[in-house]
Amino acid sequence: MDLSRRGFIKLTGAGLAVSSMGALGFGSAGTALAASVRPFKLTAATETRNTCTYCSVACGILIYSQGDRAKNVKSSVIHIEGDPDHPVNRGTLCPKGAGLLDIVRAPGRLTVPKYRAAGATEWKEVSWDFALDRIATLMKQDRDANFIAKNGAGATVNRWNTTGMLAASAASNEAAYVTFKWARALGMVTFDNQARV
Amino acid sequence: MADLQSQDYIRRSATNLTPPSVRHHELEVAKLIDVSRCIGCKACQSACMEWNNLRPEMEEFQGAYENPHDLNPGTWTLMRFAEYEDEQGNLEWLIRKDGCMHCEDPGCLKACPAPGAIVQYANGIVDFISENCIGCGYCVKGCPFNIPRISAQDHKSYKCTLCSDRVGVGLEPACVKTCPTGAIMFGSKDDMKDWAGERIAELKERGFQNAGLYDPPEVGGTHVMYVLHHADKPSLYSGLPDKPHISALVGAWKGFLKPVALAGLAFAAVGAFVHSIVAGPNETTEADEAHARLEMEKAKRNGSAES
Amino acid sequence: MTNTWQDIKNANVVIVMGGNAAEAHPCGFKWVVEAKIENKAKLIVVDPRFTRTASVADVYAPIRPGTDIAFLSGLMRYLLTNDAIQHEYVRAYTNASLIVKDGFAFEDGLFSGYNEEKRSYDKSSWDYELDEQGYAKSDDTWQNPRCVINLLKSHVDRYTPEMVSRICGTPQDKYLEICKLIATTSAPDKALTSLFALGWTQHSVGAQNIRTMAMVQLLLGNIGVAGGGMNALRGHSNIQGLTDIGLLSASLPGYMNMPKDSEVTFDKYMETKLFKPLRPGQTSYWQNYRKFFVSFQKAMFGSAATAENNWAYDYLPKLDVDGYDILRAFEMMNNKQMNGYICQGFNPMQAFPDRGKIRRGLSNLKYLVVMDPLDTETANFWQDYGPQNPSKPTEIQTEVFQLPTTCFAEENGTLVNSARWLQWHWKAADAPGQAKTDLWIIAGLYNRMKAMYAKDGGAFPDALLNLTWTYADPHEPEPEEVAKEMNGRALADVNDPATGAPLLKAGQQLDAFAQLRDDGTTMSGCWIFAGSFTDKGNMTARRDATDPREAGIAPNWAWAWPANRRILYNRASANPEGKAWNPAKPVIEWNGSKWVGVDVPDYGPTVKPSDSVGPFIMNQEGQARLFARGLMNEGPFPEHYEPFESPSENVLHPKVKNNPAARLFASDKEHMGASADFPYVGTTYRLTEHFHYWTKHALINAILQPEEFVEIGEALAKEKGIEQGGWVKVSSKRGQVICKAFVTKRIKPLMVDGKPTHVIGCPIHWGFTGVARKGYGANTLTPFVGDANTNTPEFKAFLLNIEKTSAPPAVDVAQGPRDAQGVPKSLTKMGSL
Repeated sequence: MDLSRRGFIKLTGAGLAVSSMGALGFGSAGTALAASVRPFKLTAATETRNTCTYCSVACGILIYSQGDRAKNVKSSVIHIEGDPDHPVNRGTLCPKGAGLLDIVRAPGRLTVPKYRAAGATEWKEVSWDFALDRIATLMKQDRDANFIAKNGAGATVNRWNTTGMLAASAASNEAAYVTFKWARALGMVTFDNQARV
Repeated sequence: MADLQSQDYIRRSATNLTPPSVRHHELEVAKLIDVSRCIGCKACQSACMEWNNLRPEMEEFQGAYENPHDLNPGTWTLMRFAEYEDEQGNLEWLIRKDGCMHCEDPGCLKACPAPGAIVQYANGIVDFISENCIGCGYCVKGCPFNIPRISAQDHKSYKCTLCSDRVGVGLEPACVKTCPTGAIMFGSKDDMKDWAGERIAELKERGFQNAGLYDPPEVGGTHVMYVLHHADKPSLYSGLPDKPHISALVGAWKGFLKPVALAGLAFAAVGAFVHSIVAGPNETTEADEAHARLEMEKAKRNGSAES
Repeated sequence: MTNTWQDIKNANVVIVMGGNAAEAHPCGFKWVVEAKIENKAKLIVVDPRFTRTASVADVYAPIRPGTDIAFLSGLMRYLLTNDAIQHEYVRAYTNASLIVKDGFAFEDGLFSGYNEEKRSYDKSSWDYELDEQGYAKSDDTWQNPRCVINLLKSHVDRYTPEMVSRICGTPQDKYLEICKLIATTSAPDKALTSLFALGWTQHSVGAQNIRTMAMVQLLLGNIGVAGGGMNALRGHSNIQGLTDIGLLSASLPGYMNMPKDSEVTFDKYMETKLFKPLRPGQTSYWQNYRKFFVSFQKAMFGSAATAENNWAYDYLPKLDVDGYDILRAFEMMNNKQMNGYICQGFNPMQAFPDRGKIRRGLSNLKYLVVMDPLDTETANFWQDYGPQNPSKPTEIQTEVFQLPTTCFAEENGTLVNSARWLQWHWKAADAPGQAKTDLWIIAGLYNRMKAMYAKDGGAFPDALLNLTWTYADPHEPEPEEVAKEMNGRALADVNDPATGAPLLKAGQQLDAFAQLRDDGTTMSGCWIFAGSFTDKGNMTARRDATDPREAGIAPNWAWAWPANRRILYNRASANPEGKAWNPAKPVIEWNGSKWVGVDVPDYGPTVKPSDSVGPFIMNQEGQARLFARGLMNEGPFPEHYEPFESPSENVLHPKVKNNPAARLFASDKEHMGASADFPYVGTTYRLTEHFHYWTKHALINAILQPEEFVEIGEALAKEKGIEQGGWVKVSSKRGQVICKAFVTKRIKPLMVDGKPTHVIGCPIHWGFTGVARKGYGANTLTPFVGDANTNTPEFKAFLLNIEKTSAPPAVDVAQGPRDAQGVPKSLTKMGSL
């Protein structure tokens, strides 16, 4: 732990000097100011119901974020614990769920679109427009070049199998369905998810 | 219990004053760790780190599931794993959540020379008030369970607080809430003992004839208790003491060392560390121990005591 | 899961086999502990390792990886020979009495109809003998030697306790103790629940592993009852949802099938989906397939899907192979048959077998798009991270995009849990930096491509241009809008076909899938979700935890598909007369005029018991299948086949060692090892401290398990001179991992066919990104072969060698990718375009 964390352990009331004085027989002034416990950190945090992102037990969680959603606040998650009302987990969380805060705020969280050109040795930060324009162009080029409208027997098959997709196992149903619509409307067949692994 | 302030103290380290207290009608709390339900998942460790904003150093794998390898200033609870084969060759994986036992008669508090660095609340929680801690390490020597750890960074002693900040606002400790299988329960000490009784009866039905409650009388009982399938051999569980006792060194505190240490504290108050000053032979007598037990009884009766 | 998580507490016996519930699903496992305490249940664990689940078990038995079918077939033999089956249930609710065609046979490890060249079966003989009306013939007296129960008896007769022990390495006494305990649940009022996961699926016989246990459960009468069922503990938070919505290579939403090349017209497609009942008077609910399909096409293509154009059937792509599964995709990449790949929240560099092949495949792409909240190995496959990822960036011509996405805490929407509950969740915080939702990103790509096709034309733009996209903000659809679209609504007024009474007004949300029509007057994106978001509101956002009788149902908490039903096949919880088999824990019962109880009936709500309608309403027989007909690729009965890499012969039929219907690409044959070089059995798994390859980014979890290791038994360690915590080199035909060894009493050598067999356990969690220590990843070692039905990779049984080695020169936590000089680039700044 680093020194800044000592702030959390700071207790209200008297410091060492005062309480030592009390102990040495200088009256009860010291104890009257004695330390109390660490202040409860969630008193005014905003509580939001959510579901754990890991396995399929789908434990109910309560996400606590700093701020009351006022206009001038960018809320950030400060603590996550189990939803005691949830019929399955009843407030409990496993070691992954109990540490969810560290995945939301992981140093490995991505914040900027990046691009690596063919043969390049480095990432470059790019704009969303650059990334999406370029991806759409590459996809269209590949699709137009390799789309199979009819098979050898002359049957309509409208299939595109040279670009594939793996869909997200932790994305919501809504993201999944929109992904499905887009991928299948393009004729994409090399399309799978994490169900097998 | 609206809060855990001085009026809720029943004991305060190195203090010859009784904290003012009219709040003696206090529910004694306890955490019950049912080892037979524990799956060693470390959710308690995870929740403890998360709630208390602790992130100890990431260590290496060293041929054991214990990570970190031991309690440390940022690891207030630790799952300990023991692969045990009985005489018949049956394998049991005995997994125990280690951490502060919140003794009724806390060796750490008795040993502590820093006024108010260790307090015991009327509900049974033994808490370290870091502000007052001088990092002398006496609590480590005083603890029969080898729990407190001194930080090399800030020279303060740390251990489980039983989430006194959560308990203080009417919540259960973080480890209790998170425990997936209900191996950690929390409530009044009486309720926990009743529940332990049911669990022990069930374990006996399943063939664990020596199942029992670990609430060692040697330290006046504890506010963290275990249900063990082999209560006849607590040491099977990664060295849980069969008969915990407060080090003989601690009793000496009652005698001639206390004035010396307190004198030292005057220096401590302006920044010196006492552990370099307090040194010398330590002895104890049965009378000291008896006196301590008497004090404890009085404390329980009155809801307050002087240490 | 057929049942709910909480319902596990109603079990009398719990078997965890093919999974490790305490470690992988701790909060679900609490209900096993509850069953032990409240129901005095016994817990059985069968696993190659003594796991943390085993640490709280009443009975533990070891088993050699990949031999579960032998164990369970022996269990079936035990139940049948000891008359420990629930007769009335088996007779009434399974196809035990149905008579199988004469041509069906099994000999020397092969069923009738095998084509060695194609490695597949002509399944025409795997079916019932039909009468003149096309119904399956039946013999309720079980005298006919061709009825299913008798064929099953003779099929499993070879699996004697001696044979089971010889194949599995399980001590006979432990095996028989387990058989005896399980047999107690054949009593009508006792239930066994089976909890399993990837320990069963990740085999070349994965689907049959599960099927074998399902057959055990049917013989015991444990399907549909409280505390029973087959409970697949799914791994990811919404893998159930993605499967439900059909994001699988051969699927459409709601478990409909992608059309094949051979199904050239809609009529041809529908020919195989008529689902005519195989017994008189049966429901065979899939007869409504056309309604589901037409409503789906209306959801996809709106007014462009008409009766005249066969509901835009041609807009859907047709499959020329069984499926473009993940193994085929990477085989194609290695053969330079693919150009682009999009990984949405998915990390194949860690998740797929034979990591070297995965890296080579990605290197052959023209472009790779990675959408993820985290920095993944896949996005960085082209970087040189030293031995854990020895790439040469300048030689890799793949354009790579890394798109930052939101995570669960930063978005609204539903996830489907293992028990099929759709639970809405709410956004708690804003996304970091420029991270965006998947909805925004996919909409961005859709809008761009649509505009390009509209302007410039190109290959078959019709489906894309006519795709329904009526969202308030076309650039970022609201989750609520999409949830309503999946539920479906009436496109015109819908009336009751029998009475003509109005059911729905045009525009009204559907209340149930029974309202779907095949005439284009209804639309529904995913028919099984109909009822989840009605005009009454968002049912998935319900949070009423009330649970009558504490039955473990909680019917008003969120919403479960289908029809908010919590226990599937719950009609089978009652006897043919409609009374609960277990009066203490009834699920639904017949009250003289309708079915009532704690759950929504999985049955016609007013269908009388005397009508003899079977409880398995989706099946054409109305019964559950002990004999699978043609639905499995390697046989209608399960059979033990050795893993593709195995140290043992198949003692049952040496000539047919492995699954004869599993696919192995020619290029991978060369990468299969022999036991002479790789004498030990490897198996991969998760540790409870980590979630796949994500939590190595989470500091708390990295602290709890910081570093890659393998687990080996004391005997093997002694033999190989390996010390506790010492460094080892673990190798397979495909690669090697250098990591530490954990020497444990919890893995013991198994006596397999008289030979001691050692197992090496390989936790999977480490890679070269994240805050945990760098690792090679267990998939460096695993074989590129899958299950014959699903192509789920065989991660759970393969061959390894292990040698003691010295510590690698530098185990540097902070080591990032290296530059051309081999120096970590951690301090170099990123440029920008």
